[in-house]
Amino acid sequence: MIQIDHVTKRYGETTVVDDVCLSIPKGGVTSIIGANGAGKSTLLSIVSRLLPSDSGSVTVDGLDVATTPSGKLARRLAVLRQENHMSVRLTVRELVAFGRFPHSGGRLTSHDLDLVDEAIGYFELTDLADRHLDQLSGGQRQRAYVAMVLCQDTDYVLLDEPLNNLDMRHSVQMMRRLRRMADEFAKTVVLVVHDINFASCHSDTIVAMKNGKVIAQGDTAAMMSPDVLREVYDLDIDVHDLSGHRIGVYFS
Amino acid sequence: MTTRTVQVTATHLPPASAGAFRDARRRERRTLAVLVVVAAAVLVGFCTIGLVGNWEYALGIRLRKVATMIVVGYAIACSSVIFQTVTGNRILTPGIMGFDALFVLIQTLIVFFSSGLALTAADPRLLFAGQVVTMVVFASALYRWLFGRRSRDLYVLVLAGVIFGTLFSSLSSLASRLINPNDFVVLQDTLFASFNQVDPGLLLLSVLLMPAMTAWAARLFARLDVVALGRDHAIGLGVDHSSVVNQALVAIAVLVSVSTALVGPITFLGLLVANLARQLTGTYRHRVLVPAAGLVSVIVLLGGQLVLEQVFSLNTALSVIINFAGGVYFIALLVRESRR
Repeated sequence: MIQIDHVTKRYGETTVVDDVCLSIPKGGVTSIIGANGAGKSTLLSIVSRLLPSDSGSVTVDGLDVATTPSGKLARRLAVLRQENHMSVRLTVRELVAFGRFPHSGGRLTSHDLDLVDEAIGYFELTDLADRHLDQLSGGQRQRAYVAMVLCQDTDYVLLDEPLNNLDMRHSVQMMRRLRRMADEFAKTVVLVVHDINFASCHSDTIVAMKNGKVIAQGDTAAMMSPDVLREVYDLDIDVHDLSGHRIGVYFS
Repeated sequence: MTTRTVQVTATHLPPASAGAFRDARRRERRTLAVLVVVAAAVLVGFCTIGLVGNWEYALGIRLRKVATMIVVGYAIACSSVIFQTVTGNRILTPGIMGFDALFVLIQTLIVFFSSGLALTAADPRLLFAGQVVTMVVFASALYRWLFGRRSRDLYVLVLAGVIFGTLFSSLSSLASRLINPNDFVVLQDTLFASFNQVDPGLLLLSVLLMPAMTAWAARLFARLDVVALGRDHAIGLGVDHSSVVNQALVAIAVLVSVSTALVGPITFLGLLVANLARQLTGTYRHRVLVPAAGLVSVIVLLGGQLVLEQVFSLNTALSVIINFAGGVYFIALLVRESRR
């Protein structure tokens, strides 16, 4: 379980994350939704220790992320942020293999190599495995990064907008794969998503943020209601039941 | 290990990654071997070509030069590669960011604030140790000030480096004009170093210091590979980013001090050899990159000096040529980067 306790983050005068208390259950897919600047990414960065909070604490399975050795945490929790610019030139395979660093410390065992191949295959990157990242399209690169995170083989996987740059087909596949990671490998997947319908179709729990605060949390069916969504986005959204899913319509 | 491989192949096809990584390691080893051979050839050529007169005496002088170039070449190569890794770019080096000018300033200010007599009496090795410690402190402070905030614009950093380099060397020359003539003679001895006149005591100390620094840096290599992915990825993969960067900075400051104390600033050598090593090896692994850059550096220095002495009969300083070639390369890199 991820336990977030009175976490606050300020940049100068602006409070980006405002006294957030939240617990994310172990297992399943949890989506964090909210408008731009709601503090979703910042909260995710604090939970994954990429950013120190100004006050409050975060624990993952009882381990305080601020004080637990980074290497120990890296075997429990993997994170992928939105922008991933790199100055080194790597092949897809080399990048994915970095996911094994927390376990092998840079010396890959044959078990590590098996997992690298598995992750590459899982994200349909086999044909691209020896291409350099700068020769790939944005969507292919995004898949390579998520493959690295999967290769890290952690109980918790935190992803900031994993659908960035992905076309419709790959978006759906990405969500299905994340769903399968939760269902078949018993991983806890937490992601920031912009498209509420992807959140609705593939997650168990939805957390809604607005102005740095968590304003609602609950199971997907309850969260996908016009009242909640109006509160979150300041937008009237019709919600329909379509082929077993709650779908919000907001395009016109 | 071998039995394990057999077991794997017995059950299913060998994993593709195992083969790909084995090939990559083989390529790296081959490149390193070629560099070792070329470096050895240049070394032998440098020691033997045109050796006339009392060869025992002449060879002694040449060997001292060789030792200097190996130490300096390795120090500059290693510090540049690591610096590029911790700063996350391929254009900046300690030389370009004015770190060696900072060391010269420290040397000058130590003379400025103490009397020349006390300095000549002082143990030069102790003096050097003091300079290095000061350098570690100030270089770390300068680094933190320049790179402390995240995502600084590359061009702002280049500009800052140029300005700091100029500022430090202007301050050095101002300070050296203000001190009395006797002290200036002392200072001149330390500042006007070149490959042709190196303080033997300092050289010996550096030769002893190098293996220690190499061991210190080599511990970090695997983690530096991860740091090269950028801060967020490094932390996500469980590397204590700030601790690795701090240790790397100490290594960089010491290495820059050694090379600058021995032969003075060679601004663009580091840029040249670090990027050449990256291109030749095609790897991100520091375990390969640092030795490769060191070898390229030795080849450039020894080969350059050889050509200089035999072809141009020593009419110009080696650092001038290196800075010219490196400067052109630097501009080419900047132009290419700006087109992206």
